[in-house]
Amino acid sequence: MIQTTPVQVMDGADVRRAIRRIAHEICERHHGAEHLVLVGIHTRGVPIAEEIARAISEFEDTHVPVGELDVGFYRDDLDHRPTTRLGRTLLPVDVTEETVILVDDVLYTGRTIRAALDAISDLGRPATVELAVLIDRGHRQLPIRADFVGKNLPTSIEERVTVRVENVDKEQGVWIERPRS
Amino acid sequence: MKHLLSMSDLDRAAIEELLDLADHFAEVLDRDIPKVPAMRGATVATLFFETSTRTRLSFEKAAKALSADLLNFTPSTSSLSKGESLKDTVLTVQAMGVDLMVVRHGAVGAPARVASWVDCSVVNAGDGAHQHPTQALLDALTIRRRFGKLDGLRIAIVGDIRNSRVARSNIDAFTTLGASVTLVAPPTLLPFHVDSYPVATTADLDSILGDLDVVYMLRVQLERGSGPVLPSLPEYVSRFGLDRRRFLQLGKEAVVMHPGPMNRGIEIAPDVADDPRSLITDQVSNGVATRMAVLFRLLKGKGQL
Amino acid sequence: MITIHDALILTPDGPVPGDLTVEGDRIAALATGNADTHIDARGGWVGPGLVDLHTHLREPGFEWKEDIRSGSRAGSVGGYTALVAMPNTSPAIDAGHLARFVTDRGREAGLLEVMPAGAITMGRENQALAHLDELFAAGVRVFTDDGDGVADAGLLRHAMEYLAERGGVVAQHAEDPGLGRGGHMHEGLVSSRLGIRGLPSLAEETMIARDLALVRLTGVRYHAQHVSSAGSVELIDEAKRAGLPVTAEVTPHHLNFDHSRVESMEPCFKMYPPLRTAEDVAAVGGALAAGIIDVVATDHAPHAEHECEVPFEEAPRGVIGLETAAAAVLTAIELSAIGFFQKMSVIPASIAGLASQGQWIEEGAPANLMVFDPEAVWVPERFASKSQNSPFRGIKLKGKVMATIFAGRITHQVSS
Repeated sequence: MIQTTPVQVMDGADVRRAIRRIAHEICERHHGAEHLVLVGIHTRGVPIAEEIARAISEFEDTHVPVGELDVGFYRDDLDHRPTTRLGRTLLPVDVTEETVILVDDVLYTGRTIRAALDAISDLGRPATVELAVLIDRGHRQLPIRADFVGKNLPTSIEERVTVRVENVDKEQGVWIERPRS
Repeated sequence: MKHLLSMSDLDRAAIEELLDLADHFAEVLDRDIPKVPAMRGATVATLFFETSTRTRLSFEKAAKALSADLLNFTPSTSSLSKGESLKDTVLTVQAMGVDLMVVRHGAVGAPARVASWVDCSVVNAGDGAHQHPTQALLDALTIRRRFGKLDGLRIAIVGDIRNSRVARSNIDAFTTLGASVTLVAPPTLLPFHVDSYPVATTADLDSILGDLDVVYMLRVQLERGSGPVLPSLPEYVSRFGLDRRRFLQLGKEAVVMHPGPMNRGIEIAPDVADDPRSLITDQVSNGVATRMAVLFRLLKGKGQL
Repeated sequence: MITIHDALILTPDGPVPGDLTVEGDRIAALATGNADTHIDARGGWVGPGLVDLHTHLREPGFEWKEDIRSGSRAGSVGGYTALVAMPNTSPAIDAGHLARFVTDRGREAGLLEVMPAGAITMGRENQALAHLDELFAAGVRVFTDDGDGVADAGLLRHAMEYLAERGGVVAQHAEDPGLGRGGHMHEGLVSSRLGIRGLPSLAEETMIARDLALVRLTGVRYHAQHVSSAGSVELIDEAKRAGLPVTAEVTPHHLNFDHSRVESMEPCFKMYPPLRTAEDVAAVGGALAAGIIDVVATDHAPHAEHECEVPFEEAPRGVIGLETAAAAVLTAIELSAIGFFQKMSVIPASIAGLASQGQWIEEGAPANLMVFDPEAVWVPERFASKSQNSPFRGIKLKGKVMATIFAGRITHQVSS
């Protein structure tokens, strides 16, 4: 059994602040919040997307629609990963001609995002697709990059990054688990 | 689990997982592009030794919506009629590189035998009077979508139960999911030893109509030998047919189901079949989503059924 | 000259440990002799070679399933020195020359005694009587339409009246054609769940009941083949108590398997009569132990591999049994050595009238013997028969035939 020592690198307040900063960056980049659709990737991307939308509505007078996306049927590694519980896919508006901002908790190899891009293109034809993530831990296997990053967290492959958010977990924060040899 | 051969192989958790999965696929089928790449590169073969257009088309649609490739095999156009044995036929199909076979056959246990000869997965699309598991799953899904759950629901299955694979599968599925099932048929059309089944029985349809949530009408199977056990068709219809008069005795929330194809005017009156409280078309559309769930689970959710 | 060492010899006075010597086609002495061939019985039973009253050798007409030579080989592996060959060949054995053909082919193979059974009706078609006299003259003593029962009671009565006077035994495959129509397995809980048309026990019992009334009328010797149900056992018991000349047989598979096996849908569990309930299995086992059922008969029914690679409902009925019979019987019920040889050799030989078979071992008796290790545990995988359709494949059995001697020659021996 691999012994791990989890080290907390962000607490609940840090996460909240990071999300607010992302919200501001999005509005800065897009000169406001028109024609945006936030699409959270199951599971934890969804509450993060909702939190971003809530923050935006505080300083812009706009309600940004939030959708949910499950990429289970688009993964290219279905034979190697057990299928985890599927979440629903629900887009509250037609994304055609809009700017879709995909939201996920951790960006790692990029495979989840590639699957999400395939899924989105089957659901409509957005004008642009951007990516917001709470954590970027490096080790990309595909040419994918995030437009908005909460925190860059360089890690080694043996390490495990755990994100917990309110509404899904009991607490909120980010931990790295380093295996003890 | 590698195969889906019988509802009796699935416990409650497995059934509910498949129904949950089917709900997801129902959403996929609602999209503008009703397709996902989940089974790209996989090949599904349908081997229908008994004629059926609807079930085969439903499986075809399901495979295509998952982006799988499809091979269709029908005996009239095949060497089986030239005397090639069932075993040789399936081994030939397997040699073409097939990941899953959907088999319908007139003999009980034929899909099970096929499963013993091949390496790929096998789905039973109906074997004799034995089982038709995907039908039961889509029926359970249809009921669940209407009522939220099956626990405690009162379901009557009416017709030639003895010779019906749909009935056998449905009895398994509905009782496992907590519904209470009543079989309505003359004694000659009830299964032997029916008192060992977890169901109630009656030959008096009128006496229970008011208490039902679901009336499930079976087709009178003239081609599978209900023949000599029925006194006459008009008598059968008058005792067991769902006509307008009986339909009006159903509770306001009760629904009517039928596995199709219908003998309109025999077991079910035409206007009853077309009534909004008939879920027959829902069954058909749920059929594609259900079959997508089955194909997906067998090929991708390895070891999880 | 052969000496068998360290045997438990089944003599007319019971089992006696010792050696015995075979010279020519006789038992020379119950002692060691000047033999060039030795068999070490290692304490195992040595008794009269087994006699099967019910074997399908498939020749003439169905040689791809089995022929008289391969069937004889299978028999000798199973410890048999005599087989009664069923007449449902093509053509059926309904005339003297056909019976002689079977006897001659058996003699050519030279591995055991093949006695042909004769059909009761011409072509087994239930229309007219077969050439019963010719058959009798050709050595036939067991008459049966096996594969089918004789459905026409009037025809059966004539045959019974004739044979009662002439000699011979009427053996009946009890299957009422109406009650059994379209059935593939026992009509019961399992067939109900599987949706397979069933064969009710009544199909067997009604025919036996009818036949027993005819036996009472005619006085012919009657032998109930492959008895499978508790109801049939009751009928036979009653008939015996009433003093009717009735005997009965049970197969090794009916002693071991019930209808739950059919759930696997494998054709090696399909036969007539079908495997029935656990209560029926217990009833026939108890009846054999108590003597209500007199003998074990295999109903060895070979079918080629390709014929069995089909769905259950399309598969032919019948399973092989010669090579596993002895072990299967002892695995199912407890029998003493005496009881074992009585039910598998002595009584069958007497029912068929096979003079040189089924005799307890003593000096001067014909050398038709079987060496049996009642403790050996083994799992059958591949069979000497041309066909492999056995329900015992892969099943652990207790008791193994170590050697078979027919007319003083070793026809089968397990290499140690």
